[in-house]
Order: sequence, then structure tokens, then C-alpha cells
Amino acid sequence: MSELQDRIKDVIENEPVAIFMKGTPQFVMCGNSDRALRALREAGAPVTAVDILPDPAIRAELQELSGWPTIPQVFVKGQLVGGADITEELGESGELATLLAERLGEGYRDGAEEHVVDVLSGARV
Amino acid sequence: MATERLETLLRDAFPDPGTVDVEDRTGGGDHFQVTVTSPRFDGLSLLDQHRLVNEALAEPLRDGTIHELRIKTRGTA
Repeated sequence: MSELQDRIKDVIENEPVAIFMKGTPQFVMCGNSDRALRALREAGAPVTAVDILPDPAIRAELQELSGWPTIPQVFVKGQLVGGADITEELGESGELATLLAERLGEGYRDGAEEHVVDVLSGARV
Repeated sequence: MATERLETLLRDAFPDPGTVDVEDRTGGGDHFQVTVTSPRFDGLSLLDQHRLVNEALAEPLRDGTIHELRIKTRGTA
């Protein structure tokens, strides 16, 4: 397995909420990534973002791991929640908050922070 | 036309009594909103419903015909 795939896997499995997106939370490069991120923020989720744009290999490896063809992809505790439409729909119905509370614990909002992981270098900021 | 190709693929995957609607969101032939109603979705999670749509559109997703896809699914139950 490649180092890149290892890092992607590590983010999916170990970050409470991971979003693979185009751009970063500070500089979103795509409407769909923005919709998913917004839904996560509105639900008060801690967010760890990975920008897939710097290298096409990131998207290819991610797709292989998740079996999901489009970006963004949202994971909670290692499990794929879905793309922008699902995340947004679950956000609007309130199910996203329920799911977060179930998987992360009721207090998931407390001290929720945003991080960005560079899967090419492994840096986490 | 890409819109018709997507419609054909979706109709094949979700035949009557399902309904399929494909909208070219920007007029550019690569940003699509698809709305599908089908008994195949009954009892499935949203994730699995969207997975079925992604599977039906695997080819245009892979070959770059679809640059951006929005999916709305509904069961019939």
C-alpha cells in the first residue's frame, strides 16, 4: 500500500469527522464541497478537511478506498456518510446532528475545531 | 446530448413505476441535477439510494461527461 493511501486511510479511520473536498475550509473551490462543509458546520461538527486538488492521485486513492465516485466525501468515525446532497439533506432533517451524537457522543459540539490534513506530506494544521 | 444519455441510463436502471428527471443545471452539458423516484429505493438508506444512482451513471462519471452531479432520490413506499 502506498504512503498516500495510508495517510488517507488514517484520516478516514482516526478523525472524528473527515471531509475530502476541493479546496480547504478557508478557501473552498467548489459549490458542492461548500454545501457539505456548511451542513457540517451548522451541525456543530468537528471537521478535518483534506484538499484533493493538489494531486489527482489523492482522488484516485480515495475513490478506491470508499467506492464513491464524486467529491466531496464525508466520513464520520470511519464510515462514509455520503456526498454533498446526502450531507445537506441529513443536515436539514436534523439527522446529521443525531448521527454525530450517536457516533461521537452527545458532547461532540464542545470545543469542535477545524483541521486540515495535507495527505501528501502528512502535515496536520 | 449528455442529458439524454443520462436519462436513458437512469430509465434502464429505474424502470416504471419510477420517474427520472435530468436537468442540465448550467446549460453546459456537464453539471447535472438528477431526480429519481423508484420502488428500488424503498427501505434503503440515503447512502445506498445514491449508490444505486452512482452505479447507473458509472460510465459518464468515469469518462468525465459528468463534471458535477446532484442527486435527489425518493422511494415510492
